[in-house]
Amino acid sequence: MITTEILIIGAGPAGLMAAIHAAEAGAKVLLVERADRLGGQLIKQTHKFFGSKAEFAGERGMDIAEKLINLSSDISGITIWKNAVVLGIYPDGVVTISHEGAFCTVSPKKIIIATGASEKTMAFPNNDLPGIYGAGAVQTLMNVHGVIPAKRILMIGAGNIGVIVAYQLLQAGVEVAGIVEAAPQVGGYRVHAAKLQRHGVPIYTSHSIQSAHGDSCLEGVTICRLDEQWQPIEGSEQYIAVDGLCLAVGLSPLTELLWQANCEMKFAAELGGYVPLRDANMKTTHENIYVAGDVSGVEEASAAMVEGKLAGLYVASVLGHKKDSFTKEFQTAKSQLSALRSGPASVKICTGLSKVVLEEVG
Amino acid sequence: MRIVNHPILTFPKQDMVTFTLNGQTIEGIAGEPIAAALHAADVKVLRHSHGRHRPRGLFCAIGNCSSCLMTVDKIPNVRVCIEPLRAGMVVETQEGKGKIV
Repeated sequence: MITTEILIIGAGPAGLMAAIHAAEAGAKVLLVERADRLGGQLIKQTHKFFGSKAEFAGERGMDIAEKLINLSSDISGITIWKNAVVLGIYPDGVVTISHEGAFCTVSPKKIIIATGASEKTMAFPNNDLPGIYGAGAVQTLMNVHGVIPAKRILMIGAGNIGVIVAYQLLQAGVEVAGIVEAAPQVGGYRVHAAKLQRHGVPIYTSHSIQSAHGDSCLEGVTICRLDEQWQPIEGSEQYIAVDGLCLAVGLSPLTELLWQANCEMKFAAELGGYVPLRDANMKTTHENIYVAGDVSGVEEASAAMVEGKLAGLYVASVLGHKKDSFTKEFQTAKSQLSALRSGPASVKICTGLSKVVLEEVG
Repeated sequence: MRIVNHPILTFPKQDMVTFTLNGQTIEGIAGEPIAAALHAADVKVLRHSHGRHRPRGLFCAIGNCSSCLMTVDKIPNVRVCIEPLRAGMVVETQEGKGKIV
């Protein structure tokens, strides 16, 4: 049995920040990641981030990932396991992990779950045809592995991911046939949408996908216009020939471990689905389990990083590792989060959070 | 297809290795996910579903959704979106749940 003070599950933006800040405060951290590399989905973000300097605004996601990965490797208090899949969290506090194929048991004092989220799909005829991808999958293929998944792609969803990935497709030399958005307006950052419009990419607002077509692979898509009640308008169908379809229709938190550990969960559509109840310090209803990042509600990576910092600082302090600057750093992180969530685009997030963030948990 | 020119990213030329798909020889980069090598070779049908034998391809690319299960070196249900490619691998389109031995 391996013992550690803090076990952090997931080495994306939230997990890395949690590990760095907990270890800097003096805690012993075991950071486990199921993939063969650290950084989570930051490594495929080629665009520059918004926010303030404290959240690395103006830097590309992949460069932020590199910084955090280097920092986490330089701190002696952090042990990193890659290719490490957490199998279960047991009632006696023991966590079982498959690390490089070997079965291990770990006994941590506290756990921070930062497992992230996975892409949602959408119901329409033939939605399982090869050539239909999650937008993140396309980003991984082209930005991490340098492979183009199709010649001509239609994007579903004009939120941030939809408009950003559509622009990245253009950068990779793929023809973007258009972006289809059910809402009457673009949800993503205007600056990205404007870039696409300058490139002549049509954005079909108040439209949805009706069906996909193809024999063994995707050959085309029928879209249609929606009325004010979001119902298809008869006769408005149009066929678009594409060999790729990208779904950017949201993410669901990867909460399996939280369910298994009996954390109290609540459905908040604004946050992507079921998320754990927690207090403002990221503590769940389980005495020893904390959360950070998309697993606690889908937001931008900037927010995930600050939540990771909060959770890392706080859990370290609970274990007696409190830097002199703790109060100041902790309050700064809280104000950073409030600032990130203050814009008009964050109203939905705040509504969701008001349902699941409690004054006191357990 | 592989990206050649990109305004932000560079993809340095790497050594290619060969593997087989259903007996046919294909080239890919050692260490990249098998699915990336297959997509670079324009192969998108990775398996056929067990109920209605529908073609299935890559969906999430992070080992989460199980859409990309293939038989690799006789082992069925390998998630090829995260399985690193090695020289000489024997990759097969998986039919249904695949066969164990």
